[in-house]
Amino acid sequence: MSKKQKKVLIRILLAAALTLLIALSPASGLLLFFLYLIPYLIIGYDVLRKAALGVVHGEVFDENFLMAVATVGAMALGLFGDNSYAEAVEVMLLYQVGELFQSYAVGKSRRNITSLMDIRPDYANLERDGQLERVDPDEVQTGDIIVVRPGERIPLDGVILEGSSTLNTSALTGESLPREAACGDSVINGCVNMSGLLKIRVTRPYGESTVAKILDLVENSSLKKAKAENFITKFARYYTPAVCTGAAVLAVLPPLIAGGWMEWIGRALTFLVISCPCALVISIPLSFFSGIGGASRAGILVKGGNYLEALADTRTIVFDKTGTLTKGVFEVAELSPAEGADKEELLETAALTESYSGHPISKSLREALGQETDPNRVTDVEEIAGGGVTARVDGHETAAGNGRLMERLCISYFPCEQPGTVVYVAKDGHYLGSILISDQPKPSAAAAIRGLQAQNVRTVMLTGDSGRVAQAVAKELGIDEFHSDLLPGDKVQKVEALLAQKPARSTLAFVGDGINDAPVLSRADIGIAMGALGSDAAIEAADIVLMDDDPQKISLAMRISRKCLRIVRQNIVFALGVKAACLILGALGITGMQAAIFADVGVMVLAVLNAMRALKVS
Amino acid sequence: MQKKFKVEVDCANCAAKMEDAAAKVDGVNSVTISFMTQKMVLDAPDDRYDAVLKNVVKTCKKVDSDFEIQM
Repeated sequence: MSKKQKKVLIRILLAAALTLLIALSPASGLLLFFLYLIPYLIIGYDVLRKAALGVVHGEVFDENFLMAVATVGAMALGLFGDNSYAEAVEVMLLYQVGELFQSYAVGKSRRNITSLMDIRPDYANLERDGQLERVDPDEVQTGDIIVVRPGERIPLDGVILEGSSTLNTSALTGESLPREAACGDSVINGCVNMSGLLKIRVTRPYGESTVAKILDLVENSSLKKAKAENFITKFARYYTPAVCTGAAVLAVLPPLIAGGWMEWIGRALTFLVISCPCALVISIPLSFFSGIGGASRAGILVKGGNYLEALADTRTIVFDKTGTLTKGVFEVAELSPAEGADKEELLETAALTESYSGHPISKSLREALGQETDPNRVTDVEEIAGGGVTARVDGHETAAGNGRLMERLCISYFPCEQPGTVVYVAKDGHYLGSILISDQPKPSAAAAIRGLQAQNVRTVMLTGDSGRVAQAVAKELGIDEFHSDLLPGDKVQKVEALLAQKPARSTLAFVGDGINDAPVLSRADIGIAMGALGSDAAIEAADIVLMDDDPQKISLAMRISRKCLRIVRQNIVFALGVKAACLILGALGITGMQAAIFADVGVMVLAVLNAMRALKVS
Repeated sequence: MQKKFKVEVDCANCAAKMEDAAAKVDGVNSVTISFMTQKMVLDAPDDRYDAVLKNVVKTCKKVDSDFEIQM
C-alpha cells in the first residue's frame, strides 16, 4: 500500500469510528448537524476541494463534482428536513472505500503484469583492469568485456569470447527448451546463463539492446488504443452529462406535478451517485494491457491494443513460405541409391566430391553426413559450370551434379521427379543414385495450419518458388490456397487482391520472417514477423512480433486476442447492465444511495478481476 | 523532441481528460498519458520544450490536482 493509500485508510477508519460514536450519542437538533460535519469533512474534504477546483477550472461533471453535489444535497436535506445526516457521511465513506479498493486493485494488477515482463537486467559484471566490478548495465559501453556467471541474466547484447553454456530464453520467447551457446556466438540480453561462465564482448549499449527494445515496445503498446477503448472514452464524455440532466429532470419535474420535493431530490441525488463510469473506464484498458502482458510472456509481442483487437477478427492469414512455414535452410530430404549401392556410400561420395564447394548444397550434404570430411581424400576437383563437380575421391573418379552433368559424362541415371534440388552422384562411371535436397516444412507447421483452420481462418501461402515446390508444401501442410513464382513486388499485389476479397468486417494478417517483406507487412491489416529474436528489422516492421519461429504461436495469439475481446465485451455489458438497473431502481426510489455505491464498487471490483483473466495464457 | 516521463495519475478517466486538455496546449505536437503504465510521452519543439512541458503539467493539474510528474 502506498503512502497515499494508507492516509486514506486512516481517514476512513477515523470517520467511521466518529460516525458510530455520534449515532450512539444522545445529541439532537442543530448540534447533531455540526457533530456529523466533523467526520463528513474528515472523509470528504479532498472530494469537496477537487469539486470546487473543477468548477473553477470549468471541469464540471467529474466524479468529485457528482459526489460533492450528492452528499452536500443529502446534508441539506437533513438540515431542512428529517434531521438525519448519517446518509451523507456513509455515502462519502463508501465512496472513499471504493476508491481505495480500486486504486489498490489496479496498482496490484499493474505490478502483476509488469513483473511478468521483468526481463530488465539489474547489473553487469564489468571487467576493468583485470578486476570485476558490478555496474549498472547503462554504464557499460560497446567493446567492454563483461562476465556472466551461471544463474545470472545476460545484461547486454554481445559476442561470447570465452566459455560455453546453455541459455534459458524463456523470458523472451516463452520457449522452455534451452539454447546452446559457445565461443564466437552472438547472445542477446534477457537470457539466463544456466551452466558455464561466459566472457562476453558487448556489441551494443543497453539503450539499443534487445531487452530495451522489447520493454519499450510493450510499454508503448498501451498508447495505441483499441476501438473499444476509444468507445469508452467517448461514451464517458456523453454519459455523465446525460445522467446529470436526468437527475435534474428527476428532481424538478415529478414534484412540480405531484409534489414531494424532498423525496424526489433524494432520488435525484442517488441517480448522481450511480452515474460514475469507473468500472468501464478502468477495466477496458486493463483487459487489453493484461492481454498484451500475457501474450508477451508467451513470446508474442503485440504493439498495441488495436492490433490485439484486429487479430480477433482475422479470417485470412497469408504466409510467406520460406523461413515462415519452412525452415528456410536446405536439408537432405531423401537418399535414393541405385541398385547395388548403399545410402552411406552415396552420401559420403557426394559430400566428399562437393567438399571444396562453398555452395549451400555442399553444406547440407556435409551436415547430413554428420562428420567433417577429410580434405586429403579428395583431389583433382573440377567445377563444371551449370553442371556440378567432378573429382577424385580415394583414387576413384567421382561426379556430383545435375542431370546435364550426368548426360555430359554419358552416365545413365534415373531422373528424380520430386520437387527440390536433386544431386545425381556417379563413381567410376557408374551411377550411384540421387539425393534430394529441399527446404523442409517446420515440424509444427502442419499443426499450426490445422489450428488456424479450426478457428475458421482461410490460409494462403505466397512464394517465389516454382509451382511444383509450392504445391508439394501446400499439400503436405494442408494449406487452402497458394500462389507461386512471385517476385517480391508481386506479393504486395497478391495481398492487395486478397484484401479486396476478404469477408466484410474481417481482417487479413500477413506472416513473414521480416527480412525482405517489410512492404507486405505494412500493407496487410496486421503484419506478423516471426523469428524476431535478434532481428531489429522485423521488430520495426511488424505489428505483432513472434520472438521465436514457431508458426503455432499465431493461433495462440488469436486465442489470446479472442479471449481478451470476450472479457472486454463481458465487462461492457455487465457494467452497463448493472448501472442501468441501478438507475431505474434509484429513479423509482427502491434503492438508496448506499446500495448504489455498493453496486458501483462491486461492479468495478468484479470487472477488474475479470480483466486480470486476460493475463492467463493457455 | 519526444521524451518520456513517469507520472502519477489516479484514475483512468482523468488520464483521458488530461490527454485531451494537454493536446490543446500551445506547442504540443503530440502527447499521450497512460494510466496503465503511469507514463506520459510528450512531443514538442526542441527550442521551447521546457516551457511547453511546464504548461502541460499546469493543465494536467487543473484536471486533477493530484497529478504529479517525476523528472
